[in-house]
Amino acid sequence: MTAPDFATARRPGSLNRKPTSPRTLFASAMTVLSIFFTLLALIPLVAVLAYVLANGLSRLDVAAFTQLPPAPGLGGGGFGNALLGTLLTVAIAAVISIPFGVVAAIYLSEFGRDTRLADWVNFFTNVLSGVPSIVIGAFAYAVVVLTTGTFSAVAGGVALAILMLPTIVRTAAEALESVPNDFRQASIGLGATRLQTTLKIVFPAAVPAILTGIMLAIARAAGETAPVLFTASFSQYWNTTIWQPTATLSRLVFSFATAPYPGQQELAWTASLVLVALVLVTSILARLVTQRRHK
Amino acid sequence: MALTTDHSSPMNRQRSGFARSLDSGFVWGTAAVAIAVGLLLAVIALQVGEDALPAIQKFGLGFLVSSRWSVIDGEFGALTQIYGTIVTSLIALFLAVPIGVGIAIFLSEDFLPPRIKQPIVFLVELLAAIPSVVYGIWGIFVLIPILRPFGIWLHETLGWIPLFATAPAGPGIYAAGLVLAIMILPIIAAISRDAMVAVPAELRQAAYGLGATRWETIFQILLPAGFSGIAGGVMLALGRAMGETMAVTMLIGNANTIDSFSILSQGSTVASLLANQFAEAGGLQISALMYAALVLFALTLVVNILAEIVVRRFSLKL
Amino acid sequence: MTSRLQSARQTDSIFRTEDLNIYYGNFLAVRDLSIDIAKNSITAFIGPSGCGKSTVLRCFNRLNDLIKSFHIEGKIYYHDQDLYASEVDPVEVRRQVGMVFQKPNPFPKSIYDNIAFGPRLLGYKGDMDELVEQSLKQAALWDDVKDKLKAFGTDLSGGQQQRLCIARAVAVQPDVILMDEPCSALDPISTLKVEDLLQELKEKYTILIVTHNMQQASRASDYTAFFNVEANSKGQRTGYVVEYERTEAIFQSPKQQATQEYVSGRFG
Repeated sequence: MTAPDFATARRPGSLNRKPTSPRTLFASAMTVLSIFFTLLALIPLVAVLAYVLANGLSRLDVAAFTQLPPAPGLGGGGFGNALLGTLLTVAIAAVISIPFGVVAAIYLSEFGRDTRLADWVNFFTNVLSGVPSIVIGAFAYAVVVLTTGTFSAVAGGVALAILMLPTIVRTAAEALESVPNDFRQASIGLGATRLQTTLKIVFPAAVPAILTGIMLAIARAAGETAPVLFTASFSQYWNTTIWQPTATLSRLVFSFATAPYPGQQELAWTASLVLVALVLVTSILARLVTQRRHK
Repeated sequence: MALTTDHSSPMNRQRSGFARSLDSGFVWGTAAVAIAVGLLLAVIALQVGEDALPAIQKFGLGFLVSSRWSVIDGEFGALTQIYGTIVTSLIALFLAVPIGVGIAIFLSEDFLPPRIKQPIVFLVELLAAIPSVVYGIWGIFVLIPILRPFGIWLHETLGWIPLFATAPAGPGIYAAGLVLAIMILPIIAAISRDAMVAVPAELRQAAYGLGATRWETIFQILLPAGFSGIAGGVMLALGRAMGETMAVTMLIGNANTIDSFSILSQGSTVASLLANQFAEAGGLQISALMYAALVLFALTLVVNILAEIVVRRFSLKL
Repeated sequence: MTSRLQSARQTDSIFRTEDLNIYYGNFLAVRDLSIDIAKNSITAFIGPSGCGKSTVLRCFNRLNDLIKSFHIEGKIYYHDQDLYASEVDPVEVRRQVGMVFQKPNPFPKSIYDNIAFGPRLLGYKGDMDELVEQSLKQAALWDDVKDKLKAFGTDLSGGQQQRLCIARAVAVQPDVILMDEPCSALDPISTLKVEDLLQELKEKYTILIVTHNMQQASRASDYTAFFNVEANSKGQRTGYVVEYERTEAIFQSPKQQATQEYVSGRFG
């Protein structure tokens, strides 16, 4: 290679680092501060997890999962009925919210994209996700408890269903939207109807992502207390029907943590451990699933 | 070879009328469900409003400025709770905004290699996944015993400031505010981080190209460019803090009066009032609670709609 | 190995690279680069896409430092200083070696604040209004915007935005201005304006310009380096300099077959 060659010109100023200049000092101070903030935020996470683990392990036995709560002041017993109640209310919530949420998401993603109607539905769904869960509880109380005259698993399920709905709509719509348009065009190009394209091509491709969203919504709902507080309410006994007051794990933590009896407090910690494990495991699973999909 | 047209081949069959109406019925069906989901918000407002009507008629707007909540006398006013809601939320914002934005900066810029950064982002998000009631039990048995000496110290040294005028009794407004701060931190951090990441790389390079340091770029280019996104995140967090129930109910002390403006005193929020009284309420009290729920609903609605508008404007701009 | 042409020393050099290899991780992006860049002149980098000419350009103000996997072998001297020595502060380098990017990237601030951004960082104590006016005049933008300095820089037309970016780079009074395809997003008229501007700017600054446009290189530059790219057995594409000469020589009497083919438009 040939190249022109020049004598070296004189350099205008020093390029070297000046560790004591105000600019450098400010930058270093800010970096340290932001690291400090990040560590500060992780302290509560570690502390909550550590204490829940430490206090919850002592009663993590078979009886805790199979027996009824102890009478006030007594030890032993378990939260078997509350575990069952959580499963029951969450199942009712899932049965109500999943069909509505997924079908609405199909509209938003497949037919309503960029329409004003879809814009409004998106807007209201987002706002709905910001409505305090206790207000949703009050709504379910008005609609179910006051009309049926009793606290029930159904009332709790209705409240949780409303709570889950925005999450399901949003995650399902995102899942459907991420299905490549080529699939739709190929299907329509072959003469398929919109119904066939949606149900046979787009929906199956989105199912894993939709299930991830549903899983997350269910885990969050299982940990929610405010909506079931005065809808499912509480019970010391096993459920025989879905139309009677029903204990849930989260409500049991609230009642027993604020009760003055050590036996109940221990159970509250153990129930907390179960709830935390549930949301952590689903969050981590969901993350792994999403990560794999992105790769 | 010549192509021939065969009109009897199945490819040319007309779609039956049934198939066509099934198809458009499907589209309209999904639209109807979507509309129903959108309308749910209005249904909730109307239903709660209807049940609140007797209390609205009896107390009117006086409900908002009266601090007397007496089940025995049938007199209800929610000022104490509205005050508690606002104060706890403000404490939470005061603590969580600087820390949350600081974290967002740290986790959006290239301070850390992605291998380390991604797990930290995930851990911060996990803070939001822990159920409220678990923060509550942790607050009762762990946080309050730790906070109490600090509260006593605050009262003894800074007691002349009205904010610290009362001796802490354990649970109180400050404890509720602190736990709220922990709970809204991930929201602020996540949304602010999204806003910062969304700032085009060209702006970042332009600033670096002009000889700006990393922090000059952050403060003068990235934060202003991401401002509306961050503001939207803060609004959403405020809405969440105002409606948060369980942890607050378990930590605030549930006093139904405003004795002082001290954050070390006990108080209550609208949400904690509902949590404490709904299960055993009857008659006019139910209606008054519904009225309180409606007030909370309206407060959070305003905040959330503002947040939604701010966030939308921001996402359109970038 | 490469040899430097011992031609008449008409002018001083400002950058000098010695056996420079540029990597992203294990990927060799540019190899064996040994060139001198002349002071107060315009040097153009031309060549097909992916030949590493922008990568080389961004070495001169250490903007590649923002990419974690980036590293170099060999040396780059700026005047007589090793640009990648450990004690060198990249922030200081970028103050002296300004840059104009492919896509106009004004900050979402007023025109005035766009220009004043750099000087304020450096704690400029003089008359800011004066400096803003000077800079805009140097970028031939003053007459277009003198009545709307408070307007947003992002509201200008594409050509005006790019001249604003040039004014912004000039305002910190750099030694060198790097331009990474500054006209590729502009219409022909704006392009001509920017090219005229280059001729004026080279009185005060050294300009390095990466361009896809061969007419632009031949019209506007004093020296031209032609980059090409070759793929190794693993399919990795590595760029290298084929020929570096005075611009007339590159375009009228290229010594290499590849240069001849590229400048006559037969590939690339």
